[in-house]
Amino acid sequence: MGQIVLKNVSKSFGATTIIANIDLVIEDGEFVVFVGPSGCGKSTLLRLIAGLEDTSGGTIKIDDRDVTGEAPAKRKLAMVFQSYALYPHMTVAKNIAFPLKMAGESQDVIDRKVKAAAATLNLTNYLERRPGQLSGGQRQRVAIGRAIVRQPTAFLFDEPLSNLDAALRGTMRLEISELHQQLKTTMIYVTHDQVEAMTMADKIVVLNAGNIEQVGSPMELYNKPRNLFVAAFIGSPKMNLIDGALASRHGAQTIGIRPEHIQVSKTAGDWKAAVGVAEHLGSDTFIHVQSDVGPLTVRADGELNVHHGDTIYLTPERSKLHRFDANQGAI
Amino acid sequence: MARKVTASTKAGNTAVAWSIGLVISFPVLWTILMSFHSEGDAIRPPLAMLTSPWTFDSYGEVQTRSNYSLHFFNSVVISVGSTVLALIIAIPAAWAMAFVSGRRTKDLLMWMLSTKMMPAVGVLIPMYLGFKALGLLDTLTGLVMLMTLANLPLVVWMLYTYFKEIPGEILEASRMDGASLQSEIIHILTPMALPGIASTLLLNVILAWNEAFWTLQLTSSKAAPLTQFIASYSSPEGLFYAKLSAASTMAIAPILILGWFSQKQLVRGLTFGAVK
Repeated sequence: MGQIVLKNVSKSFGATTIIANIDLVIEDGEFVVFVGPSGCGKSTLLRLIAGLEDTSGGTIKIDDRDVTGEAPAKRKLAMVFQSYALYPHMTVAKNIAFPLKMAGESQDVIDRKVKAAAATLNLTNYLERRPGQLSGGQRQRVAIGRAIVRQPTAFLFDEPLSNLDAALRGTMRLEISELHQQLKTTMIYVTHDQVEAMTMADKIVVLNAGNIEQVGSPMELYNKPRNLFVAAFIGSPKMNLIDGALASRHGAQTIGIRPEHIQVSKTAGDWKAAVGVAEHLGSDTFIHVQSDVGPLTVRADGELNVHHGDTIYLTPERSKLHRFDANQGAI
Repeated sequence: MARKVTASTKAGNTAVAWSIGLVISFPVLWTILMSFHSEGDAIRPPLAMLTSPWTFDSYGEVQTRSNYSLHFFNSVVISVGSTVLALIIAIPAAWAMAFVSGRRTKDLLMWMLSTKMMPAVGVLIPMYLGFKALGLLDTLTGLVMLMTLANLPLVVWMLYTYFKEIPGEILEASRMDGASLQSEIIHILTPMALPGIASTLLLNVILAWNEAFWTLQLTSSKAAPLTQFIASYSSPEGLFYAKLSAASTMAIAPILILGWFSQKQLVRGLTFGAVK
């Protein structure tokens, strides 16, 4: 079991509110990602669940047990930190064994579990090394090993991949997702990288200024953003937002169209545009243009032969238009 | 581009460094030299003294007149005992100040340190009377307690500085791994801060070993450490230069040897965190 329920949870530092009365249910076995811009309170929320910060109000329940006032050690959660937080004076084996030692397990059990965790994470050959002798990816694996060896109720990940290079981040992302498939344990993952959020999550929680903006599956958030913030935050490149007369014609304050939902033609279309910068990625081409309706970003499949100063024509897919009212809510 | 250092500059720098070193260590070197001469030779002009015959007589005489081992034992008990006690108190205190600090933590630290700036003689009378009332005069217990409290601010301050260098996330990780506060301090904090703890320990042992003001005022025989042993050879009458020097050499030798062998650790600990 690993159901986590937050009811009216808040956190303030003095007069500054970091988390404002949040209600959230994380079901057993779910992979939930907290995502949002820097300072939105996502890491604080994770630390409240971990017990590393005291709540200012509300209750946190894990499997129907109120853990609001409990110490981190008693919550049966495991956490992987952004900086890995490995014990530098211990070998890899001792790092992984530490939680078991604290739980009072026998040496036989510790040895067996450490070996199993090391085998799962390809660390068998590094057990006698110290963290300082490992690469970033290996250190992250040790941190994960230290977490899985306890068989916790839920795993908490605090931006665990942000210190790794892009290639390694991709590999580790897959490894964590595979681990979730294997263990079927609840995982809560904090990131500001929406690619990680979209690719890994069963459920994404979008946070902004201490409030939950929307909770839903990656596709729900992508296709049906509840408000302008979520619409602009989810998706890469960002959704194009257009105000003014064009929006009014659609009965909205603002309309949004994703870069991939705009057709590009060199001969005809709804909006005329001048190419500014074209980013050729091979699989896609991102074109930043100055159009009749303002600056836009367009995503074209494959290689599109356009260059700075070229004139192109754009046609939005009408069924994919998003409309927002004056309060920034979706219509 | 690396700066070029010519051989003559190097030689000049070396000569200056050795000269400064000699000036600084001259009193100690001269004391050691005097201790190996007779009382008569010890007060002769420097050149005459150096050319006069060398002898171990003063050491022999000091041994017969005083109980060196007792004073040495007392010095060890006072310096090591007070250091261990101070560490036991200071480690949790420094932990609290470094990791669960409040708005007034810095003020508290400054206040603790400020007590070291007070002249000890200012509290001599109340301390003496207090020791007398509690029956602690000339006892090791009294001196160990006093040295512990006297050096505690410095120990807390040094440990606090070292602990501040340890990333808080590592301690949080240990809490998540099920460590109690005690386990966190024993298994994570202490081993990680070991270089800092070791240099604090060494420095405190040296400070307590060299402490003369309180040991001279509050001990006479039973609990008298080596400082009292040296002082007993300081007399306004008679010739005691060689014996005083021999006693001083015997008193400082252990701590000089300890300092010599631990100088790397001391420097490492004292500069810990200074360069990032």
